[in-house]
Amino acid sequence: MKNINTINPERSPAGHQEPAIRRKNFLEVVTGYTDDVALTEADRCLQCKKPACITGCPVNINIKGFIHEITNQRYENAYRIVTEANLFPSICGRVCPQEKQCESKCVVGKKYAPVAIGTLERFVGDLAQKNNWTDKSEIKRNGKRAAIIGSGPSGLACASDLAKAGFEVVIFEALHLPGGVLMYGIPEFRLPKGIVSREIENLKNLGIKIETNKIIGKTHTIEDLMHKHGFDAVFIGTGAGYPQSPGIKGEFLNGVMSANEFLTRVNLMHGYDFPTHATPVGIGHDIAVIGCGNTAMDAARVALRLNTKNVYIVYRRTVNESPARKEEIKHAMEEGVQFIWLTAPVEILGTTDGWIKGMRCIKLQQGEPDSKGRLTVSPILGTEFTLDVDTVIYALGTMANPIIGKTTAHLKLDKNGYIPVDDETQMTSIPGVFAGGDISKSSWTFTTVIHAMGKGRRAAKGMIDFVSHKS
Amino acid sequence: MFKIIRKEIFSPVTYMWEIEVPDIASSSKPGQFVIVHHNEKSERVPLTIADFDAERGTITLVIQVVGKTSKEMMSYEAGDSILDVAGPLGEASHIDKIGTVLFVGGGLGVAPIYPQLRAFKEKGNHTISIVGFRSKEIVFWEERFRYFSDELIITTDDGSYGEKGLVTEPLKRLISHGVVNLVVAIGPLVMMRACAEVTRPFGIKTIVSLNPIMVDGTGMCGSCRVSVGNEVKFACIDGPDMDGHIVNFDELLVRQKRFDKYEKIALKRFESSQ
Repeated sequence: MKNINTINPERSPAGHQEPAIRRKNFLEVVTGYTDDVALTEADRCLQCKKPACITGCPVNINIKGFIHEITNQRYENAYRIVTEANLFPSICGRVCPQEKQCESKCVVGKKYAPVAIGTLERFVGDLAQKNNWTDKSEIKRNGKRAAIIGSGPSGLACASDLAKAGFEVVIFEALHLPGGVLMYGIPEFRLPKGIVSREIENLKNLGIKIETNKIIGKTHTIEDLMHKHGFDAVFIGTGAGYPQSPGIKGEFLNGVMSANEFLTRVNLMHGYDFPTHATPVGIGHDIAVIGCGNTAMDAARVALRLNTKNVYIVYRRTVNESPARKEEIKHAMEEGVQFIWLTAPVEILGTTDGWIKGMRCIKLQQGEPDSKGRLTVSPILGTEFTLDVDTVIYALGTMANPIIGKTTAHLKLDKNGYIPVDDETQMTSIPGVFAGGDISKSSWTFTTVIHAMGKGRRAAKGMIDFVSHKS
Repeated sequence: MFKIIRKEIFSPVTYMWEIEVPDIASSSKPGQFVIVHHNEKSERVPLTIADFDAERGTITLVIQVVGKTSKEMMSYEAGDSILDVAGPLGEASHIDKIGTVLFVGGGLGVAPIYPQLRAFKEKGNHTISIVGFRSKEIVFWEERFRYFSDELIITTDDGSYGEKGLVTEPLKRLISHGVVNLVVAIGPLVMMRACAEVTRPFGIKTIVSLNPIMVDGTGMCGSCRVSVGNEVKFACIDGPDMDGHIVNFDELLVRQKRFDKYEKIALKRFESSQ
């Protein structure tokens, strides 16, 4: 019988590009598992009677089940098991913070490194893409129509469930390509765009129609969708992409931009390939990124790959408090991003003709915990210094996208523009209109890809229920 | 793909497209803009809608060659299709019956001011238009403006047509001599700033339409941020119309130079490949 003492104590490392090489390219950093390594790693799973890992997964993937199928080399079965709960294993296997979710609950982790659930999930997802294992479920049309606003993680997940339930589904996307943050935000070396596109193609095979370049609230209002275009239910998954600015002197100087602008120029518009792709990125050689979340890591690591000299992360707290995934911080450090902890920007300095020439910073010290348990920070007098940078990228979080809120009469919003929803159904204040993903976020919820997908799927259930009662 | 059904050349560097985009044509309002991404490798360019016709299912854009992208776009002819047109974006202009409205269009700004002129006229306002061009050869849409304007003044820099000089001259004259309730000025930043300075001492509300550098056009990148009074506004979702008396034009003029270096590289490379 397998037990904690009989398994391989070493977690099988996933293939990686070496830091010195990868910091000069946009190819994927983590190359994943081969069949052999996947089998070795799957064998470390204890197949617990009460698998705690599953409770750590926001969408409760049957982790025990799919890993069991890997050990039996029944990979397609493994894929079917994962996709009962998560439609996009290739994506979530790459971008989920597993160390805070499933893997944090893994029993093996009490003694050794936990089973690499995320890498195994990705292994299964990638095999499915390679072998074209698509959804074979018979779809029986129910004669209902659903409109999905936004093609990010929540919209895609919602659309998929609705299509399988028999809805005619149309996704409306404001940008010229579908995928939302998966396309414009997360860089190629962490989530190849080919992987995203293939998952989206699979959705089209379910009969889902995607209309790009449609700004709901402008091209059509939600009222138009329901009353003119005959949609029985609408899902809002427009996300929270409005960038928060640092609010310090000099933030309008040339050479200062939001991480959203920077990443969109690089990821969506392929600015790294300027001038063949016509959108320039417009950064210099010495870059300060303000903030230490995953977006800050993405921005810093992208900047590193764009012929720069120094890339700094300036963060007001320490590595212990930083919201980014530990793996991302590790990768960034290995690649040469320089972290300046316990430091806050005070002012961005400019030349007389409006270009940035440096950033004034001050050192901070930690004090007592605040009401949320986070250590407070306060400036240390006399520690101001100038960081020699020609570009500042701020990654300080984002707020609700405002277009839907501004253009939808009777839609209730909270004071920050987010859409309050029913906890069970995700329905908004307008009957038949649902919301999920970051736009429906309350202050206490998580804003990861997998949580967004979870909310999209919950909304799909709510919508299915809603239309069945309506008719 | 969206088909260009008509193209007119106004000057060696100015052209007009009428594009088939029924959804946008039927939802456009004066003051709004679209983002054009004409092929896979191109930039996303914000362009103010110069006309829209829900029945024909078309919108009209007037475009000036300023760099590689607009030059490449000029090679597209009637019958050709462009990859992406997204819109309408931005807040629509407030069109009310308020009395006398004076429109000032400079250069390319003549085109996007037209839908506002028409809408204000149709609301029953008295309309005066001042449209300025560099010279006679590049004057366009004179008949359209005459049709909806109770009074029309054309200026040219070189005096080859209409009044010689800048649009601010007749603007100053008209507001000193009569009651004007609102001024709408669209054109290059320096022109809009000059118009706002002319009207400021008279306390006449002056709306300008901003067209800064954008990427997504939906409020996510912040590239188009502009200081208006004490606030940070995004031209894409808060504008493009702004109160000309409190826009920080100096800041905007500097911000418009952010990518000059790259524009030059791209243009040079494009021209040498032609």
